[in-house]
Amino acid sequence: MEHFFLGDLTWSDLPHQWFTIGGTGAIIVGGIIVAAVITYFKRWTWLWKEWLTSTDPKKIGIMYIVMASLMLFRGGLDAIMIWIQQAISAGNAPGYLGAAHGYLDASHFQQIFTAHGDIMVFFVTMGFFFGIMNLIVPLQIGARDLAFPFLNSLGFWLYVAGAVFINMFFVVGGEFAASGWLSLPPLSEIQFSPGTGVDYWVWSLQISGLGSLLGGINFIVTILKMRVKGMKLMMMPLFTWTSLCSMVLVVASFPVLTITTLLLWFDRFFGMHFFTSGFGGNPMLYVNLIWMWGHPEVYILVIPAFGIFSEIVATFSGKKIFGYVSMVCSAIAITLLSFLVWLHHFFTMGAGADVDAFFGIMTGIIAIPTAAQIFNWIATMFRGRIRFTTPMMYFMGFVSLFTFGGMAGVLLSIPGADFELHNSLFLVAHFHTMIVSAALFGIFAGITYWFPKVFGFTLNEKIGRRAFWLWIVGFFMSFVPLYILGFLGATRRLDHYAASTGWQPFFIIAATGVCIIAAAVITQAWQVIVSIRDRRQNTDTTGDPWDGHTLEWATASPVPFYNFAKTPVVDGRDAFWEMKKRGERPGILPPDGYDDITLSKNTGMAIYLSGFVFLAAFGLVWHIIWLALLGIFGAIACVIIRSFDEDTEYVLPAAEVERLEKLAWKK
Amino acid sequence: MEKIMEKNDTHAFGFWVYLMTDIIIFGVLFAVYMVLRANTFGGPTSNDLFSLPTALVNTLVLLTSSFTCGLMTLAARKGKVNQTIAWLIATFALGATFLALELGEFSRFIAIGASWQRSAFLSSFFTLVGTHGLHIAVGLLWIIVAIVQLKLRGLTPGVTSKLTRFALFWHFLDIVWIFIFTTVYLMGML
Repeated sequence: MEHFFLGDLTWSDLPHQWFTIGGTGAIIVGGIIVAAVITYFKRWTWLWKEWLTSTDPKKIGIMYIVMASLMLFRGGLDAIMIWIQQAISAGNAPGYLGAAHGYLDASHFQQIFTAHGDIMVFFVTMGFFFGIMNLIVPLQIGARDLAFPFLNSLGFWLYVAGAVFINMFFVVGGEFAASGWLSLPPLSEIQFSPGTGVDYWVWSLQISGLGSLLGGINFIVTILKMRVKGMKLMMMPLFTWTSLCSMVLVVASFPVLTITTLLLWFDRFFGMHFFTSGFGGNPMLYVNLIWMWGHPEVYILVIPAFGIFSEIVATFSGKKIFGYVSMVCSAIAITLLSFLVWLHHFFTMGAGADVDAFFGIMTGIIAIPTAAQIFNWIATMFRGRIRFTTPMMYFMGFVSLFTFGGMAGVLLSIPGADFELHNSLFLVAHFHTMIVSAALFGIFAGITYWFPKVFGFTLNEKIGRRAFWLWIVGFFMSFVPLYILGFLGATRRLDHYAASTGWQPFFIIAATGVCIIAAAVITQAWQVIVSIRDRRQNTDTTGDPWDGHTLEWATASPVPFYNFAKTPVVDGRDAFWEMKKRGERPGILPPDGYDDITLSKNTGMAIYLSGFVFLAAFGLVWHIIWLALLGIFGAIACVIIRSFDEDTEYVLPAAEVERLEKLAWKK
Repeated sequence: MEKIMEKNDTHAFGFWVYLMTDIIIFGVLFAVYMVLRANTFGGPTSNDLFSLPTALVNTLVLLTSSFTCGLMTLAARKGKVNQTIAWLIATFALGATFLALELGEFSRFIAIGASWQRSAFLSSFFTLVGTHGLHIAVGLLWIIVAIVQLKLRGLTPGVTSKLTRFALFWHFLDIVWIFIFTTVYLMGML
């Protein structure tokens, strides 16, 4: 009977180790503080009506960015914990907190690097990019909303449910997957990982992956179907182009992740034998499948950043982007090639020299379209009037770091070299250089660049630049030692090593570097706080603070919820720049007046649906069958109820648009 | 009116993109099945288990349901509510028959000890065919909801748009089944 109600849950699954007590405490205390603040300011109704149930892509975008920022702190804390452990756990020095070496025992250390990887990829980088796309893509193509506003809200709430779920192990269970960020079998099979850690891993990826998939479909349809009159594909801004490429990758690769991790879970839950080491299972099948998703995923994280940088470099050089057509072609080339290189993640599998050679060559070829992008950016800067603002600094940092890490990548693409460097810290240093420089710097640059558009005031320039310098110095300090350590033979994921290796000084330098990165992140938070305090001095009254090129700057700042009072008509690239050249100005009553605008209503259904999905996943992790069924049937009921609701839109009358426009431009 | 047409067009396009993602899911399951189908680990092989007549009946039932689904689309286009409902019911009956036959086959296998736990081959067989069956079950639920909405609202643009998407879904499942019939049953009996 007890098993019926509670499944595999027992009292010992409640927090009792220092880190689960700490994590749970942080969640509870944080929750209480937030709830207290909202109650004190009587903002509950406002929060629910204006934000949580909103289908406005700008609000959803901001919520994505808030959530991703929280997860950045969470994943960053993991990184700091990893580095500190590695800095202090050489040789036979006595451990702390009950650990044999350093202060983390081996299993806990493994859980931390697993969580770090998954959180940074799925909940930080993807979250930020979905946020920025929600804010900017509709504006750049002159649309009022995405094609499917409800699915957009649902995608966001599934992302939130996944993010909460990956932290649930703090509260219930006390262990996360200790099998690496991709949980390769047979280690991740029930035989070797009998706890609930891997199940938590599977289901947080299932939930958030479903959200990403919905987002991918939504953006593809939006970009292909909802552009303003006159905007042909080859007139789209480059950020929209790269978003499209990235979303095509999402739609083509996320189903692979979903089904592959589900098959692993079938092994664990139903006793199937897809990837087990006995009964005819084939673990290498999993490795192939997961990297068929995994490599495109890398480009999902990087390609949108290319688009962000293209916008920034053109704007701050005061020129049109150099080689627009080749920029588009190279983005598409990278998109396609990314499906042909997955095997370079495991050259050592033993597929044979010919197979390895093919994938090595394909990997090398990707450097060509990527280099085309870099040369085009540099050519755009050539003879431009460059303004060295914070986004531009991040761009310069990106180009130098990305080239540096990219060359390490070309080195790794040679199977012979890879046999030596496989699984070493050299590899770890390489992919961190790529992802931090492209994805993370792209995100920081994009947020700084578009911040005035969304909030109506610019971010503090001086503190922003300070944060950038801390980032780049901290980054080199923490990762150059890893390149060297890789050559010295240090493998990745070590919680302890012999003192005679002589590695400890390098690990200590790396740990010092991460402290500088932490200072950079704190500086960034400080930058936001100071900018909010000084918002009156930094108000953007023109709607176009940087002399931008693309349509998003043709609206007032902050953007009104209906985006464009009158949808523009476009006849070329850099639409807004051309308008400015012709002397057209936004915010003036058009001769034929405004029209009624149809917008989508708010709905709480996405929250209920995600809640049921969350319950179902929790039930499945803990084998609480009634809870799983409740979640599944609840989610189905939500979908059916929603399908009966045809009253999902409302009309904003033209007179009201006129009033709001006057108000927005009066400042 | 033009706006509604445009919207239905967008919805249909979005649904096509969704179907592509589903194709990828089935594609992975087919690939997994092809890799693992020889890995019987001393257990029953496809030759021991499959019966071609059962698979053939299944195929005919599902193909016929695709035909009735097509007739449903035609009736909906002519604006005949009752006829549309009748063809939906026929599609439902055939789909349910298919599902019953499939579950019968599954339980026969399990009864002789050939469950998904027996070998990698059987794991991949149950998962591939079962995923298709699960889609059919979702389709059946969809039919029920569609009938209720037709009864309540008639052939409004919203309902017609849903019927179009349902038809896409149902024909898609038919195509997937053709591949299952070929790669799992026919090739398994060679």
